[in-house]
Amino acid sequence: MTYKLIGKNFTPPDVVAKVTGEAKYAEDFRVEGMVFCRLLTSPMPHARVKNIDTSEALKMEGVVGVLLPEEVTPVPAPNAPILTMEPLYVGQPILAVAAVDETTAQDAIEKIKIDYEPLPFTVDPLQSLFPGGPNARSDGNVGAQGLELQTLKWTAADFAQAGDSKLPLGKPAEEWAFGDVDAGFAKSKVVYDESFVTASNSHHSLEPRSALAYWQNGKCFVHGSTQSQSFVVPGLAQFIGIKPEELVYISEFCGGGFGSKGSAYPSMAIPALMAKKINKPVMMRISRAEEYYLGSARNGFQGRVKLGFGADGRLLAADMYIVQDGGCDNGFWDFRNAADALNIVYNPAAMRFRGVPVYTNTPSRTAQRGPGENQIACILEPLLDKAARDLKIDRLQIRRINSPNLQTKVGEDRRAITSAYLHDALVKGAARFKWDERKARSGQRKGSKVTGVGIGQAYHPAGFNGFDGLVRITPDGKLHIHTGVGNLGTFSHSGTARIAAEVLKCDWDNCIVERGDTRKHLPWNIGQFGSNTSFTMARTNYVAAMDALTKMKEIAARDLGGKPDDYDVDGTKVFAKGNPGKSLTYAAVAQRAIDLGGKYTGKELPEDINPMTRASATALAGSGLIGVAKDTLPVGGETPAFAAAFVEIELDVETGQHRIVEFLNVGDCGTVIHPMGLETQLKGGSVQGFGLACLEHIIIDPQNGLPGNVGLYQAKPPTYLDCPTQMQVDWVDKPDPTSPMGTKGIGEPPMGAAASALLCAISDALGGHVFNRTPVKPDMIINAVAKRPMSHKPLQVNTQ
Amino acid sequence: MNEFRVAPASGLARAREDEATRYSRREFIKRVIASGAVASAATYIYGGLQGCSRQGPVAGFVERLVSLNVNGETRRVDVLPNETLAMTLRYKLGLTGTKLGCDRAECGACTVLIDDVAYNSCSVLTHSVRTRKVTTIEGIRGPNGELHPVQQAFVEELAPQCGFCTPGQVMSAVALLKRNPKPTRDECRHALSGNLCRCGAYDNYLNGVMRAAAGAAST
Repeated sequence: MTYKLIGKNFTPPDVVAKVTGEAKYAEDFRVEGMVFCRLLTSPMPHARVKNIDTSEALKMEGVVGVLLPEEVTPVPAPNAPILTMEPLYVGQPILAVAAVDETTAQDAIEKIKIDYEPLPFTVDPLQSLFPGGPNARSDGNVGAQGLELQTLKWTAADFAQAGDSKLPLGKPAEEWAFGDVDAGFAKSKVVYDESFVTASNSHHSLEPRSALAYWQNGKCFVHGSTQSQSFVVPGLAQFIGIKPEELVYISEFCGGGFGSKGSAYPSMAIPALMAKKINKPVMMRISRAEEYYLGSARNGFQGRVKLGFGADGRLLAADMYIVQDGGCDNGFWDFRNAADALNIVYNPAAMRFRGVPVYTNTPSRTAQRGPGENQIACILEPLLDKAARDLKIDRLQIRRINSPNLQTKVGEDRRAITSAYLHDALVKGAARFKWDERKARSGQRKGSKVTGVGIGQAYHPAGFNGFDGLVRITPDGKLHIHTGVGNLGTFSHSGTARIAAEVLKCDWDNCIVERGDTRKHLPWNIGQFGSNTSFTMARTNYVAAMDALTKMKEIAARDLGGKPDDYDVDGTKVFAKGNPGKSLTYAAVAQRAIDLGGKYTGKELPEDINPMTRASATALAGSGLIGVAKDTLPVGGETPAFAAAFVEIELDVETGQHRIVEFLNVGDCGTVIHPMGLETQLKGGSVQGFGLACLEHIIIDPQNGLPGNVGLYQAKPPTYLDCPTQMQVDWVDKPDPTSPMGTKGIGEPPMGAAASALLCAISDALGGHVFNRTPVKPDMIINAVAKRPMSHKPLQVNTQ
Repeated sequence: MNEFRVAPASGLARAREDEATRYSRREFIKRVIASGAVASAATYIYGGLQGCSRQGPVAGFVERLVSLNVNGETRRVDVLPNETLAMTLRYKLGLTGTKLGCDRAECGACTVLIDDVAYNSCSVLTHSVRTRKVTTIEGIRGPNGELHPVQQAFVEELAPQCGFCTPGQVMSAVALLKRNPKPTRDECRHALSGNLCRCGAYDNYLNGVMRAAAGAAST
């Protein structure tokens, strides 16, 4: 299929503002009379606030007001509160102070007296599961979204049986299975039973989550830092305690989120609530250090996986148990995603999954790029290599034989998937990377440098459905694509807008993407997260454009005679197929839509659209021809995206440092909308993968619950020098059948593929040593080389 | 101009006001108008940081009216002794293209040029640059508003993702090309290594710098 715009590069409308500094992020806005607010945060990992005395602070000149926990909208536990009387981690906000400047606000905070009653705390899920062990929350120690808050303890016998090096297999909170797992293991040629740890790591969004809020004419205006736009509105309105239509939300640019700013988060509401209380605009700047407390992190895992392979390398049975370190409140369900990833990527003949999400007195967790899928790739891919070695199979071959296909089903209820071309990505990547040639160099040593090569794979769901599209043709002939998706930096807000332009055959120069501000009248869209935009927004923009197209043809038939089907469009006019001279320009059609009124110009709207879309379309009614529709296109199952990465490294066995010599990442993301945009996702995800594999983890002091790394230099996101000088990417470019033009997302899998490929290459350079742990740091490599014990205990978490 | 004012109510602001009175208020206002720049009355200084020792107000800390050379213009502005250049640029001169990612010289988002050398403006005191030439992301376009070759190359290579680190990446690249017009890719990588990009757009930024260098070499 040849397209006019799809598959072609273009200059996204927001990129020039990014290189000139004109792009305005939340902290770049100023409002007359604006004051500043600072947060008083908990010094303890778990405590009850017995008394707050703000009298001295309020006497200070320049202090405008204090916002206390009892004054903010209550959030039902175990969701994260806005302000709290029972802090659950060091750094959790207790109250806020507003003053004419930040120094004064901070001085006032020093004058506030708080009595704390320290409560038991834990930073290790296994400690909490131990009989009599501390609970992170006074209302329980286990829970997650979709799992009731409860207290769960394993038995002393569970721990004794497992010993120090194996994960105890106590009572799970969730469990599912398919196939005959025991029979699978019995048939297997090799069976591995491995315990593992994947560390939590911070998101490190370069823009801290600052926010500015003020009230005007009964509406609350918030400039926030979120990767989503419309999706934020209901949640933020709820935090503020207003109706969604009373909120004006502006987030045209977002300086990185990676999952941590996907939807409304509690701290955003603080300046809004403070502004209401003191009747002044309030700017709340969040510092880098605070971002490590408030900014959330990826869930950590302590897990155990048993894998049985046949002689040909086929995965016959898998049995996985994950204990999730879920932070102090309901964050994200990485542990479930990890199970789906094992299921989809390796397609086992039989599988059982058990999991327990445990609360700890550590910062909140949210989704981080490939939440669950990418951690588990780091564990499973090196184990696949171990099986390949033991079975004397090529490492590419063991991946090919287990690749997912259209018959692959997911979970206990055996859900269908709509497309899977990971196998194609492996084949294409292996050819371009010259896998056979490079693997021959594996283990070669020059001085202290040993060559290692590795392949990694990862997956993430790549789309949703059921959201609304909204387009408008104005009497100047322009096509406006209204998109509420957000701006995470992928440019897919505009890439997917081109789907609508493609349907209406418009020149891109004739299109305007309306986004980033509720006052632009945006439809109800899901947020920009979960690798979904290129699928979900393709569908919504498609149905809206199709609705516009239908209306254009109807208007032409009404004015020029004949039936709507007698007409077609060429990007500037609607014309009779048999007589192209019989035509109306888009400008004229837009004007006629206004004249005709009713459904043509948004005065009558479909019943099934969301109230937000209805309000937006109503606001736009009468300004042109309105195309608006809910995505009710057929759904064929889950739509997965995949990536396969190939790495060659030089590992210095004296220092434990590695250098990436060659790198390739190949995506399976359906039809490619925007090749350059896709390249940036494949490369950017890879860079984050290098960090996940070898650099990043949060450290929490077990004695006092204090975070140990609250600076970029301590928490170590990758720099230029951690990455290869040049990176290669490629893609499969095969359409997904449930996306109108075949597109699906890609954001997350490249990270897990790159991370696991790098770990496999390190293992390869070490002759097959598997660490069962992320990140793999130089000291671990040196200890492995010297055959010394590791400096951490096998299941220890939050360590240095 | 994007100017920002806060009512001078704090102790520090009052101290500034006293000093302004010494100049004679009318004189002060006249000078400000004549310079074409408006000095803000804001005493907005980032006080404490959670987890970091904070600087409390120190006796005698008063704002002084200084002249700065920013993007080729003389800008008159009230500056506290402990005020960083990033804060002056962002909160008093309306130059918000300079971003604050860490305020600790770790990330490079606030990179500006001082006498053509790249600095983290979050860690430079404004008073220390009074006799020097400051260039920010807003000051590198050509005389007719055309993009700087580095900016143009970054657009063509689709180098930014979220864009928050981009002004800093641009400024570090401009500084590099000023001292080394024909860098190797590896030299670029080292020159920009103080500029973190969490989106991981390093490869595209390097492509951009190499493109800008090649363009300059061919003209």
